[in-house]
Amino acid sequence: MTSRIAEWKRISAGGLVSNPGSSERVQTGAWRTRRPVIDFSQCTHCMICWVMCPDTSMQVYKDRLTGVDLAHCKGCGICASECPKHCIQMVPEDRRV
Amino acid sequence: MAPSKMPSTVDLPIEAPPANALAINGGEAVAYALKQIDPEVVAAYPITPQTLIIEKFAEYFANGEVRTEFVTVESEHAALSVCVGAAAAGGRAVTATAGPGLALMFEMLGVASGMRLPIVMHLCTRALSSPINILGDHSDAMAMRETGWVMLAGSSPQEAYDQALIAQVIAEHPDVLLPTANLIDGFSVTHAVERVNVLDDSTVREFVGEYEPGLSLLSADQAVTFGAMDARDSYFEHKRQQVAALERAVHVTAEALDRFAQVSGRRYRLLETYRLEDAAIAIVVMGSLEGQVRAAVDTARERGLRVGALRIRLFRPFPTRLVANALRGTPVIGVLDRAIGFGSPGNPLYSDIAVTMFREPDKPMLKSFVYGLGGRVTTQRVLEQAIQELADTLHVGRITDGQTYLGLHEGTAK
Amino acid sequence: MTLKLQALTERPETLASGHGLCPGCSESVVVRMVLMALANPAVVSLATGCLEVSSTRFPDTAWKVPVIHSAFENAASTASGIEAAYKALVRKGRMAERPLTFVVFAGDGATYDIGLQWLSGALERRHRFVYVCLNNEGYMNTGIQRSGATLKGTWTTTTPAGAATAGKVDWNKDVTAIVAAHGIPYVAQAAVHHWKDLMTKVRKAEAAAGPSFINVFAPCNRGWRHEPEDTMNVSRLAVESGAWPLYEVIDGAWHMTGSGRKTRPVADYMRAQGRFKHLMTEANAGLLAEIQARIDSEWVRLQKRCASGV
Repeated sequence: MTSRIAEWKRISAGGLVSNPGSSERVQTGAWRTRRPVIDFSQCTHCMICWVMCPDTSMQVYKDRLTGVDLAHCKGCGICASECPKHCIQMVPEDRRV
Repeated sequence: MAPSKMPSTVDLPIEAPPANALAINGGEAVAYALKQIDPEVVAAYPITPQTLIIEKFAEYFANGEVRTEFVTVESEHAALSVCVGAAAAGGRAVTATAGPGLALMFEMLGVASGMRLPIVMHLCTRALSSPINILGDHSDAMAMRETGWVMLAGSSPQEAYDQALIAQVIAEHPDVLLPTANLIDGFSVTHAVERVNVLDDSTVREFVGEYEPGLSLLSADQAVTFGAMDARDSYFEHKRQQVAALERAVHVTAEALDRFAQVSGRRYRLLETYRLEDAAIAIVVMGSLEGQVRAAVDTARERGLRVGALRIRLFRPFPTRLVANALRGTPVIGVLDRAIGFGSPGNPLYSDIAVTMFREPDKPMLKSFVYGLGGRVTTQRVLEQAIQELADTLHVGRITDGQTYLGLHEGTAK
Repeated sequence: MTLKLQALTERPETLASGHGLCPGCSESVVVRMVLMALANPAVVSLATGCLEVSSTRFPDTAWKVPVIHSAFENAASTASGIEAAYKALVRKGRMAERPLTFVVFAGDGATYDIGLQWLSGALERRHRFVYVCLNNEGYMNTGIQRSGATLKGTWTTTTPAGAATAGKVDWNKDVTAIVAAHGIPYVAQAAVHHWKDLMTKVRKAEAAAGPSFINVFAPCNRGWRHEPEDTMNVSRLAVESGAWPLYEVIDGAWHMTGSGRKTRPVADYMRAQGRFKHLMTEANAGLLAEIQARIDSEWVRLQKRCASGV
């Protein structure tokens, strides 16, 4: 694996990071053993799952829940257990949906 | 004037001192410099002998003579922590402390240098506990010598004032961006009232300039992260950068001293030499003992001993090459440490000189002297004894005794 | 401005994905809730802890707002310095005045223990910031050690349940009340599951004319030994059992928030976590009863404070 760190003369002095939100390149979805599957026929777009997601992974477009960012979702299952409509299921990663 | 009759004081022609000459102590001199610098944030916690600085600065603050936020914190650790926040926010941040206060700050010394924040600290050097002792020595300064700070050591209230200005310029130079300490000997300088020639406010403003930070926490259009966590793939690189910045600080300091000479007429060098050119014996010292060392040099010269002195002003980064140049060809060197390097092969300044001279083809004979711990007065007599020891060393051509404690009560009680 | 989640989704994200917090961690949820509730742009001071190490791994950062980490104990001092510099820069005309809210995120170790003096000094000096304690009742970043916030009887790696002692032997201290005793304008206890209560408190804290403090109950599934998906549920049980009452202290006056009721025994809350497993045994029934009695008496004390208004 090659390092993302440049040689010492070229990295930022004092460790200053000036690319806000760059952690998005880290695909924490690889940690997941189960994934949330949303039954959109039951979803009321209340956004409880969105506000309670530790990984900023519930995708929203214009007030509507549109899906899950599987590149980052760690599969914790908070969205499924907190959904008032119980319309999110956690499905093992090895099972095809 | 006829020497037969002492004139009365009334008869003496009194020359009016220049308007910029103040009779103030070293602490007040630093406070006066801070008033003129008018930093965004001064954060400090009271500790002897630093209180002279912050009490005077508090008066300026109370009288509306500064626009500074004066943050009267609950500890020295908090003082430096406030400075870290203020400097990362793009403000000029200054603190002052002494001895045990510096010890409490210790964790933040490395944070400030590692984050490359140009904080300035006025360190009124004081002994470390225990036993508790409020008086002067260099134990505190020596404990911070490898924390990545630039360190300047003065020897008088005038230098305390001048270096308070110079320290800002060094710290904030874009090639440096490192915290900088102005070392002021506790009591012997902080509390010594002397004539201090101050610069006028506009000259100071021009000399120190406005601090122009790069990206800061308050940069309106760029969110930055300060103090990110380094893993094993980047920590080493950041430390290497600090080495390079410190190396650049040698040149930057020399430039700052040149520019200061132009605006003030006071010419300082990274090292101050005294009668060293033809010396067979050199005494190396740092801080306010320099004046007494010069007097002892003169006395020895009158006795026919070829003695000279070297005073270290820029202590960190240690100007190794310049020190070697200054001491080259001097067969005997005595190093005066006002601190003990407990358990070390040599006391701090002695070790620096030993490493420096080890690279020389003609190695001198080195002797180590410890003096002045916990405010112990160093008399001319013990300095003359030290010079005599060095003269004996020169005479016999080898080092006879490793370590001398000058002015220590020792020997048989009578 | 009323709190509607749909409307809040329109606001720019403040904390990006890709950080390294554990699955089901509540800390990033609290951070997002706090920052999305603020009216002003935030400048953040972080104490050392899970959140800090997981969100700022060089050369990346999860933060989309300015943030600084300096050390463990001094996040309040660092925020003091930022606030002081801002005031001086504006006073000197070197920076235009603009709406900004200074926020501190620090764990319970950084708040209750190692940083209490730094917090106290900053509160006394009235630096204006919103201090958020991410309270997971222990030193989770270093491997689940006990802190001053850890409840009596709790298993941690430095208070294991053994033959001689059944978890932590000392009571936790009431730092929320200690902070309130500084006489700052706004102090509250909140919990991560109750987003509306938490965000309402954040808005009051931000609007307060001085420093403010919110102690947020933030379960750690790794340290508390529960499933990641139960994070919100455990938080809810803590509030319902009275183990973590929700209240606020506005200008010295105490008020309950949320339902204001205690509807369960503490055992319901404890049974949901492995860290209290040993308390569910016959041998430790007396200790469990002692903890229940303490929670009951503290609850009564809090009700009296709220009834009297001071």
